Amino acid sequence: MSRLAYIGFAIAVLFIMAAIFAPFVATHDVAAQDLAMRYFPPSAEHWFGTDGLGRDVFSRVVFGARISLEVGITVVVISAIFGTFIGSIAGFYGGLVDKFLSGYVFNVFLAFPGLLLAIALVAFLGAGQGKLIAALCVIGWVGYARVMRGQVLKVREYDYVMAARALGASNLRILFTHILPNAIQPLIVQASLGMAGAVLSEASLSFLGLGIPPPAPSWGTMIEEARQFFATSPHILLFPGIAIALTVLAFNFIGDGLREYLDPKQRRR
Amino acid sequence: MLLVIWTVVSLVTLLIEVVPGDPATVILGETATQEQIENFRAKHGLDRPAFFFSYGGEKGFVWNGGDNRYADYWLGLLQGDLGTSFRTDRPVRDMIFERYPSTIKLAVAAMLVAIGIALPLGVLAGSRKNSVVDNLASFFALLGISLPTFVIGPFLVYLFAVQLGWFSPTGSLYPEDIVLPAVTLGAALSAILTRMIRSSVIEELGEDYVRTARAKGVSERMVLFKHVLKNGLIPVVTILGLQLGVLLAGAIITEKIFNWQGLGLLLLEDGIGKRDYRLVQGCVLVISVTYIIANSLTDFVYRKLDPRIRLS
Repeated sequence: MSRLAYIGFAIAVLFIMAAIFAPFVATHDVAAQDLAMRYFPPSAEHWFGTDGLGRDVFSRVVFGARISLEVGITVVVISAIFGTFIGSIAGFYGGLVDKFLSGYVFNVFLAFPGLLLAIALVAFLGAGQGKLIAALCVIGWVGYARVMRGQVLKVREYDYVMAARALGASNLRILFTHILPNAIQPLIVQASLGMAGAVLSEASLSFLGLGIPPPAPSWGTMIEEARQFFATSPHILLFPGIAIALTVLAFNFIGDGLREYLDPKQRRR
Repeated sequence: MLLVIWTVVSLVTLLIEVVPGDPATVILGETATQEQIENFRAKHGLDRPAFFFSYGGEKGFVWNGGDNRYADYWLGLLQGDLGTSFRTDRPVRDMIFERYPSTIKLAVAAMLVAIGIALPLGVLAGSRKNSVVDNLASFFALLGISLPTFVIGPFLVYLFAVQLGWFSPTGSLYPEDIVLPAVTLGAALSAILTRMIRSSVIEELGEDYVRTARAKGVSERMVLFKHVLKNGLIPVVTILGLQLGVLLAGAIITEKIFNWQGLGLLLLEDGIGKRDYRLVQGCVLVISVTYIIANSLTDFVYRKLDPRIRLS
């Protein structure tokens, strides 16, 4: 695998560790306000400085990793399972089922530009972590479904599938033990890129005030709060901004690296 | 395409049904009298059934006939009416089309910025594979993809508005005020395009016709601009069309950063902020339909550009 993929993997592990051990990594209480210590630049006491309410930015960024990755992983797992299921049905059964699913249902979900469907859902449902996850899953599953459909269409023509069928294996058995394991690689790539997308979407929605409500230390919310004071205290915005960029970058590196690794045609170049 | 538009409109129409609680109470507040609530519901058709049939508990499915809100919305839509705002009593259509041009202006400007950056950078990087320029371009592209709009935006404001004083930090008073929002919105797209153009140029440079042209003594510049670019840009056109959706959604964030009075800000502040659900419906609808139409246009242009697709 490429060097970049390893770098991405290292960054991802770092953030996952920070998220798991957040209470031990954080140097201060995330919610503790100290109005005498507002807008302090980075120092030995506050590594990333303090924000507009005198809260420790480093601790908030660390706990922010928890929110980001929690949302990201939940969204990826749910949308991958659902998308894989629908995608394999479309690819496996083909015919009218496939026409309806891939020709119509997929296109409807792809017809909403980017985040707009999530924004609309949250606007009508109301804000909150659960609803945010639901909204991101609604826009996320189609990607997996399309990848899976394409894979199943390809794999089901292979000889060993025909052999299994000749031996009298049921549709379900063929799907689960023969087709799925052979179609899983591109799904892993999609999941890794989807993780980057979910983290970015969570931050974007929180930035718009449609994600996780304050005082939870979501990176997007932190940036929104820090925006007006960027000229005087850039550190409050910069650190969560770097955290988002690094996380997104890490999962993109992993995804790209895996794709190149799994696709021998690209590897030779 | 029409089937997709029909479904998108239906989904948006029915979205209002998932609002927790009664929209009338949400908008008029807890202190509203029963009479006020009933008036409001009657005015906006909220007292009528939502759909052709409804689920009436023990009674099972109940047929409501053609006299329902879903049909109302469609009838209005066919006459170019998006309903009346819950808050301002103005037609939603007027509110939207006041703002629509400035969002389109922003999206087009962002696209121009993206193409203006990506075309020279991508061609340079692709034609000098693994050179310093190539590595720099790749680094820039990675930065553009991973840095969110809401980090780039404030940074640009700080640098060019606060420090250098070239532009106003927010608003859209002067014509040059579009520069910062357009660069902010176009940054991610320019990064994606740079990568696309680079790999497209590398691929085309390996084709036989390039070798033929070179063998005939065509200058490298002519090969690049006349032969490679012409073929290499075809897939880029598709990406541009698909990315327009990301651009339209990204415009919502950019408009918030720069207080740019477009559709996104209307959706966020007047729509979602004031819980004007009718306005939210209208905005989501107009943005989605714009995207669907733009995508179909891209498809059309793509077919025109590449005769191989036209034939098959």
